[in-house]
Amino acid sequence: MIHSLFLVNASGDIFLEKHWKSVVSRSVCDYFFEALERATEPENVPPVIPTPHHYLINVLRHRIYFVAVIQSEVPPLFVIEFLHRVVDTFQDYFGVCTEAAIKDNVVVVYELLEEMLDNGFPLATESNILKELIKPPTILRTVVNTITGSTNVGEQLPTGQLSVVPWRRTGVKYTNNEAYFDVIEEIDAIIDKSGSTITAEIQGVIDACVKLTGMPDLTLSFMNPRLLDDVSFHPCVRFKRWEAERILSFIPPDGNFRLLSYHVSSQNLVAIPVYVKHNISFREGSSQGRFELTLGPKQTMGKAVESVLVSSQLPRGVLNANLNPSQGTYTFDPVTKLLSWDVGKINPQKLPSLKGSMSLQAGASKPDENPTINIQFKIQQLAISGLKVNRLDMYGEKYKPFKGIKYMTKAGKFQYFDRIHILFKCFFYYLLPI
Amino acid sequence: MLNHRFLCRNEDLKEMLESNKESLKLEAMKRIVGLIAKGKNASELFPAVVKNVASKNIELKKLVYVYLVRYAEEQQDLALLSISTFQRALKDPNQLIRASALRVLSSIRVPIIVPIMMLAIKEAATDLSPYVRKTAAHAIQKLYSLDPDQKEHLIEVIEKLLKDKSTLVAGSVVMAFEEVCPDRIDLIHKNYRKLCNLLVDVEEWGQVVIIHMLTRYARTQFVSPWREDAMFDENNEKAFYDSEEERKVEQTKPYIMDPDHRLLLRNTKPLLQSRNTAVVMAVSQLYWHLAPKHELSIITKSLVRLLRSHREVQYVVLQNIATMSIQRKGMFEPFMKSFYVRSTDATHIKTLKLEILTNLANEANISTILREFQTYVKSQDKAFAAATIQAIGRCATNISEVTDTCLNGLVLLLSNRDETVVAESVVVIKKLLQTQPSQHSDIIKHMAKLFDNITVPMARASILWLMGEYCEHVPKIAPDVLRKMAKTFTNEEDIVKLQIVNLAAKLYLTNSKQTKLLTQYILNLGKYDQNYDIRDRTRFIRQLIVPNEKSGALSKYARRILMAPKPAPVLQSAFKDRDRFQLGTLSHTLNSQASGYLELSDWPAVAPDQSVRNVEVVEPAGAPALRKSKTAKSNEKFYSDSEEEEEEEEEGSSSEESVSESESEENSDDSNKSSSSQSEKSSSESDSEKKKKTLKNKKLQQQKPDILIITYLPPQIMQKTLLLIIMTKYILIHIVLSISTQFFVNCMCSLLHLCVFLACQFDVVSWHVHVSLQASSPVFVPETSHELLHRMTGKGLSAQYRFTRQPCIYGNSMVSLQLTLSNSSDQALENIHISEKSSTGQNIHRFNAIERLEPQASVTVSMGVDFNDSTQAANFQLCTKEDEFSVSIQPAVGELLLPITMSEADFTKEQEHRAG
Repeated sequence: MIHSLFLVNASGDIFLEKHWKSVVSRSVCDYFFEALERATEPENVPPVIPTPHHYLINVLRHRIYFVAVIQSEVPPLFVIEFLHRVVDTFQDYFGVCTEAAIKDNVVVVYELLEEMLDNGFPLATESNILKELIKPPTILRTVVNTITGSTNVGEQLPTGQLSVVPWRRTGVKYTNNEAYFDVIEEIDAIIDKSGSTITAEIQGVIDACVKLTGMPDLTLSFMNPRLLDDVSFHPCVRFKRWEAERILSFIPPDGNFRLLSYHVSSQNLVAIPVYVKHNISFREGSSQGRFELTLGPKQTMGKAVESVLVSSQLPRGVLNANLNPSQGTYTFDPVTKLLSWDVGKINPQKLPSLKGSMSLQAGASKPDENPTINIQFKIQQLAISGLKVNRLDMYGEKYKPFKGIKYMTKAGKFQYFDRIHILFKCFFYYLLPI
Repeated sequence: MLNHRFLCRNEDLKEMLESNKESLKLEAMKRIVGLIAKGKNASELFPAVVKNVASKNIELKKLVYVYLVRYAEEQQDLALLSISTFQRALKDPNQLIRASALRVLSSIRVPIIVPIMMLAIKEAATDLSPYVRKTAAHAIQKLYSLDPDQKEHLIEVIEKLLKDKSTLVAGSVVMAFEEVCPDRIDLIHKNYRKLCNLLVDVEEWGQVVIIHMLTRYARTQFVSPWREDAMFDENNEKAFYDSEEERKVEQTKPYIMDPDHRLLLRNTKPLLQSRNTAVVMAVSQLYWHLAPKHELSIITKSLVRLLRSHREVQYVVLQNIATMSIQRKGMFEPFMKSFYVRSTDATHIKTLKLEILTNLANEANISTILREFQTYVKSQDKAFAAATIQAIGRCATNISEVTDTCLNGLVLLLSNRDETVVAESVVVIKKLLQTQPSQHSDIIKHMAKLFDNITVPMARASILWLMGEYCEHVPKIAPDVLRKMAKTFTNEEDIVKLQIVNLAAKLYLTNSKQTKLLTQYILNLGKYDQNYDIRDRTRFIRQLIVPNEKSGALSKYARRILMAPKPAPVLQSAFKDRDRFQLGTLSHTLNSQASGYLELSDWPAVAPDQSVRNVEVVEPAGAPALRKSKTAKSNEKFYSDSEEEEEEEEEGSSSEESVSESESEENSDDSNKSSSSQSEKSSSESDSEKKKKTLKNKKLQQQKPDILIITYLPPQIMQKTLLLIIMTKYILIHIVLSISTQFFVNCMCSLLHLCVFLACQFDVVSWHVHVSLQASSPVFVPETSHELLHRMTGKGLSAQYRFTRQPCIYGNSMVSLQLTLSNSSDQALENIHISEKSSTGQNIHRFNAIERLEPQASVTVSMGVDFNDSTQAANFQLCTKEDEFSVSIQPAVGELLLPITMSEADFTKEQEHRAG
């Protein structure tokens, strides 16, 4: 399956290679570099590149290309999914997944990759199992190891490997037993010039942080489970119970994990909580353009719109922008032509606006397109889809845990203007009755 | 200096490794792993490292393992030193240590230890720990790739492990099965139900592999659930009513799905909820290939959900949706808005979404889609804007209601400020006009007016072609445009120049009074052009249209050749033929067969014995009889239908294969007597059908080769060869003329064909050399060989050569030849070889010298010659120990071409590229 892996940084250097079968020369990456050169943007590199004897499948995360070398037929998503899992694991272990972090922890990286694949076939990808095999590096442990000579590598087969709940290790112990659930929703919408919604979708996830002793068996029920008609689950969720009763029943993994993600599709009406008024115009023959943009809240059920960030890709002809924000700060990158405005919180009494002029390249013709505007924001304590958790119960253990649910909605991709693309985040946080 | 320092550092690593302190050794190993990760060579440390293989420190040991696996292949002798340690570890009470010992042992690619590996695998396969058994399953594949001769023994182990009830083992052993013996479907029978039931609990990666395997399995074991749909599809309404009565009789026994088939569908369905995108895709393709059509809709939502995942996942999923949406629009139509393009999408995602939107377009939603397209045309991403214009063109041809609206919209775009948009619009308008010429002379006039402002060569060439093709509709403007072009001829791009020559020729034929002098002027300019293509074209056109004594018969037909009605380009999806590959596979993503791709077989006409899957011996007697008595005829119909499709795609050979397959399946069924009469009937019927089909195939093959020979030689050379072909044909016609007029017509036709093809070549507006074209094996290889050296001149040595028409193994540009050398003298000839010096400078791959050739013996060798794509003879010296003989090989044009196979869509696409 997966023959080799090469890690390539933004400047096109291979900084790590790992082979699971016989060694493949790194010259195979030349085909990848060719594709990289052809691509105008880093993300325009095609994910699957055929070469005379191999196939290269790559993913781009954190400005690092993970290039897997394949020799024969394999479902491409298999490889892509695995590579993303590798990135997630690195992030889990090192906090960040950057070139520097990988280079600093090259031995751990190598040990991880060795455990994750055997002969190119995934062996252990569950974070709970990996953490028993190879302990994540911490400063304390590094110091202790250098003094005592003890190691990061576990001597016993992780208990999860053999059990029916491979995602959970045994013998978990905490003095404070806690379980937190974050309901995070993202709105992804396209809105046209007149302000009417072309499409809007909600993508939600429930992320959990569970620190409970022993083998707890949890059930989570919803006030309105009918909303969740399109869901994907962590393997721990018992599917049959969900089918029959619409209740999430599961033995959780230890630590952080994504319990489920759901999708509320465009058929349902989605209330868009902000509006944008804008006027961006260029005159023929003049080297000046006008820029005006005002934001306002709409249908927020009295909740404040926070952490608003507006960004827009201005036409190539624009040399510079001289704007005046009523609040917050803005930046304009003359090279990438990216305008971004950090608005902060929207005050309904005094709407934030950004006005000013843009200077155009002399002699260039008038840009014929109005740029797209992307908006991101958060709204606390508002679950935009209306999803509500009813109760959380624990069986199998005798102690009483501390339980909490946090809701948050964020704007995913929210596009305004000719096309406006909005990304929402909204937060909601309260404690469940026990 | 650098090198020196590097050596020094390695020296101190060596010292550290040889010290007594564990921590120093560990530190050294960590640095070595760092070197390996960077791709630096650390192989000279091998002896020092291998000593630590038995270390007690588990981390040190693991790092040594990493090192061993990396370098053992290069240092096989030293690697053997470590083997005994692993053999000991294989008996360790700790299962993790046993497993990792087996992992490393099997990863060391040293052929000598194959027997040891085999023994270890056999032992591990019966280990009590499922984890060790899983490792054994992985080791099977490693051993197989190291020594394929072990296949039989390994299959035994696989058979044993397939019976394993542990979920941990299932995925890995199926993986081994797929790699080692994917054709041994009989091993699956007994485990089928168990695998279906375990599936939900298997780890996610194993699920993907098992689902793909079971898809293949099901296609060989169950009958098609699509029967009724197929009937509805192929009968139009009228036929449906006519045959209703018959159908009633035929379908008295409705289709009943095999319970095992149902079991698979039922047990995979929950996996659509998996967080792993590969699993969701695998289930989707399983449903696509196995489920009754009306159950398909459940995968739609899950696939659309995957679109919210990472960019790379989107790319693959969108490709699969594109293929599905061609066949079943209804599936994705409610989710149309999910395919709207966002400005933040990568270009390849955007084009895929555009493709899907175009596929989904119908009368009802076209206005929404066109409105959406309008915003895309304004996109800053110009490549995407151009793709949108093409998509509009496709909608316009597919949905006749909007053709005029689209055309008007495109004409408006002609005044767009952006050049790429204008150019693309011109090209698309050209295609649209071709599908319905005549009424649109005002659009052509409009374009003629815009001509001066358009600078993109492609667009200019397209307008010129339109002028020439429809010059009769614009009799006043065309000569004027030609006049302008005569002035600027020397400054134009090559493709524009070619079109100017074309325009001149066409005008000369229709309106020679006004344009005779202009044409002559342009032909003169072309005659001295720097580019040889243009010179060639000019020469060709001059011979064709200007009558003189040399031009002979052909110029009579000049008008018919140049002004022949040209087929309108078909604007269709690039995904039309993608469904020949199983969805979700790498081959599907690349649209070309990847190595190791396992083809999905067609449904059997009659289901093979289902009792093979019974694990218990109890067999319900009623079920098989019921299934057998299904109407043979309707089955047959469906079967032949699907076969026909395949036939179109694959040109014969494979359809024959599938025929033989189905025959064998039928034979295997003979044991079941209850339905023997019916199955006999069906088999005899299908026999006759088969015959028809083979006949048809042959006919097809006879008609097509002229066109199907497309080389991937560089374009200039290709044109040359085609010119040569046309010239040879041309001579042929002269000869044939006197024989039979009927035949003459035939030849004329094929000549016309070629001319059109050639004209297309010349009209070519873009030269797309497709590297992805794959050479195929030749349909026909002549047995005739040519004399290279006669035995009289060769003093007893005679040589004959033959073109094998196979791709040459010595090099891409070489032509492979087979030489047969025989000794007809009464003494043995020694050291027969080709001398080093070659007189004409062709590159020749010599055969290995033949040391001795006994009297009356002959030997066949192969060699490769690079003719540089010319028909110039290759001269070389054939030498024996005593003598040297000069010989030469003259290739015929046909031998220099490389046959390729392409799908119908690809072919039309290529044709389009070449169409004017």
